[in-house]
Amino acid sequence: MKKVFTRPVSLKNAVFHYCPGCGHSIIHRITCEVIDELGIQDRTIGVPPPGCSVFAYYYFDVDMVESAHGRGAAVATGIKRAYPESIVFTYQGDGDLAAIGTTETLHAANRGENITAIFINNAVYGMTGGQMAPTTMLGMKTTTSPFGRDGKLEGHPIKMSEILAQVEGSCYVERVAVNSPANIRKAKKAIKKAFQNQIDGRGYSLVEILSPCPTNWKMSSVRAWEWVDEVMSREFPLGVIKDTTGKRSAD
Amino acid sequence: MLIKTVFAGFGGQGVLSMGLNLAQAAMIEGKYVTYLPAYGAEVRGGTANCTVSVSDEEIASPVASSPSYIIAMNHPSMLRFQNQLQSGGIFFLNSTLIKDPVNRGDIDLVNVPVNAVAEELGNIKSANMVMLGAFIKKSNLVRFDSLIDGLSVTLKGKQKLIDINRKALAAGYELA
Amino acid sequence: MPKMLMTGNAAVGEAAIRAGCQSYYGYPITPQNELTEYMAANLGRRPGCAFVQAESEIAAINMVYGASVAGVRTMTSSSSPGISLKQEGISYLAACQLPAVIVNMSRGGPGLGSISAAQSDYFQSTRGGGHGDYRTIVLGPGSVQELADLTHHAFELTDKYLIPVIILGDGMLGQMMEPVEFSHEAPEVPPVRQDALRGAKGRPSRFVRTFTSNPPDLEEVNWSLFRRYQLLQKNEVMWENYMTEDARLIVTAFGIAARIAKGAIKQARANGLKIGMFRPITLWPFPGEQLKALSKKTKFFLDFEMNMGQMIEDVKLSLEGAGDVSFHGRPGGVIPTPSEVLRVITRIYYQKGLS
Repeated sequence: MKKVFTRPVSLKNAVFHYCPGCGHSIIHRITCEVIDELGIQDRTIGVPPPGCSVFAYYYFDVDMVESAHGRGAAVATGIKRAYPESIVFTYQGDGDLAAIGTTETLHAANRGENITAIFINNAVYGMTGGQMAPTTMLGMKTTTSPFGRDGKLEGHPIKMSEILAQVEGSCYVERVAVNSPANIRKAKKAIKKAFQNQIDGRGYSLVEILSPCPTNWKMSSVRAWEWVDEVMSREFPLGVIKDTTGKRSAD
Repeated sequence: MLIKTVFAGFGGQGVLSMGLNLAQAAMIEGKYVTYLPAYGAEVRGGTANCTVSVSDEEIASPVASSPSYIIAMNHPSMLRFQNQLQSGGIFFLNSTLIKDPVNRGDIDLVNVPVNAVAEELGNIKSANMVMLGAFIKKSNLVRFDSLIDGLSVTLKGKQKLIDINRKALAAGYELA
Repeated sequence: MPKMLMTGNAAVGEAAIRAGCQSYYGYPITPQNELTEYMAANLGRRPGCAFVQAESEIAAINMVYGASVAGVRTMTSSSSPGISLKQEGISYLAACQLPAVIVNMSRGGPGLGSISAAQSDYFQSTRGGGHGDYRTIVLGPGSVQELADLTHHAFELTDKYLIPVIILGDGMLGQMMEPVEFSHEAPEVPPVRQDALRGAKGRPSRFVRTFTSNPPDLEEVNWSLFRRYQLLQKNEVMWENYMTEDARLIVTAFGIAARIAKGAIKQARANGLKIGMFRPITLWPFPGEQLKALSKKTKFFLDFEMNMGQMIEDVKLSLEGAGDVSFHGRPGGVIPTPSEVLRVITRIYYQKGLS
């Protein structure tokens, strides 16, 4: 019988600890598929953050090193500079990349560090219990914006991808989502391109992924998928934000 | 015997390189030596100074609270350091720029018109080396030859500069 | 090779390169900039080496963390306020048992403090510094030559014990020039650590982590660290006894303060006072037993530091009540003179009836 679906080699045979409907497990899987397809499992080093994906090393079958909160881009810089033959990716949430690690992220991008950033934007701090994130929607209620995020008091959803696209050292920035089979396919393509850019030595690539968090959004999984379309992607429009690689698709 | 010397002046007068060349010469002679520049905010605003300690045994502190010799290359340095010189010490003054009298009677003064001499030599920038030459002659802290040897280290490969500096050192040495 | 006249900062840089340091990450702060500049000029373009002027001290220490994970010898440097920023990363390095060398050319504090030399970071350095139950190896050099020698030693120690090493210098040691000689040549092929993360080629994938959801796992990490701390205490303490043989009063001091004290002690000896000095070179592990041994000869000690009394706690702990410990300190970046210390020594000598 012909096998049409199987676990990627670089994804460990383990049960995800993520909540039902969470985007992390999908993103893990498609990232592993990309690692397999590019044949880079034996030289990839992942840098997961504190947060829900702190245990990413239980799932990714590649070398991984946990970074301090927000420092992924600096850690990745250290690895890549020390061992340029490696393929280094950071896996960062919105609190990690867009709040506490803004500086490290922006400057790694500006230096054109030849690394790949997978940026999970789910508009909340997940692991700590649903606090307001830098990417929380205006009006959205979280445990630390119980009356809804008010731009005058709590600032506005920050668009890191657009900011990072402005610096000379970033070569590719795309925003995708994992809330439908079609979007998941696009997300995988973007991730693949972001890794291919690194293989080609093009500099800093970032893929922002709008990712559902049904638990902290207090929605069903299906409703959370819809909410990504109806609300999140209005604030954070999907598509290529910057591409200096000549529009080549990794496929 | 521990001898401490402070070199002071405007930034750009080559005050630090005077100290550095002395330290280099002392090292060549196998002496214990420390060189301590003033640094950071203290030296912003155009003043510079450094302290060189030379000894035949280990040097405890590179700081000089009452140095044996002070070289003042400009008027503000004379004012700032005149009370620090130890009694019986020698105050070397750039007499081209310093006209006011020093308010102490317990020290020796050596007036060297270093700018004028350097100008005669055709390079005003070598005024510091004129002073260093004069200083070495009076203080006898290191041999003149060691200073010349030191130049080839501090100005490694810059033969033209070495020649200019050597000439200025010699002129200062003859002068004092 | 001939002696060279170098600043302490440059000497650390040169010694690090000769120890096979392959990557350096730093951020400007006085009084250690010459070290960052030295590495920019002399390490950055060497084949296989990396220099990055980081966007912050936090970024710099995390780059060190990344480089250490990848198995190369790596270093960062800063001065007191910047070292405070690095503490997060140092805690992670300690937790992950990653080698690294961190240089602190310390200055007066608290706060932005002063840029003058001070020893006010003794507590921070010797008590771990960041959060969590850990220590770092702390070396306290007293001259430019010792800075160079201990830099080389630091790389050996950190690789051997997988514990970060702090070189606790000060602004004066960093800024001053002295003749220095280097006893090692840079290795042709710099060492790469066996357990480095360089991709799962021909072996299962590995991970380096600090977080665990199972406290007993963390307890085992803490125990493992603690066992190594005991080994360090047993095998790696360094100290200097100076004229302690017949001393009736022993000065305890480290780093630049010990050097100033030595000048005072020479003078005191010339005046007929029987003074000696105990100088810890490893500030952690502290050479406690070696200090305690001296209390069999005299029970009078004078602790002298350029702070308001930090190492004195280790002195008293080591003496276990067997000593009468006086204290003299100058905080804030004030550099005491040997004659000031001589006055204090002389006063205490007579007050305690030691003449």
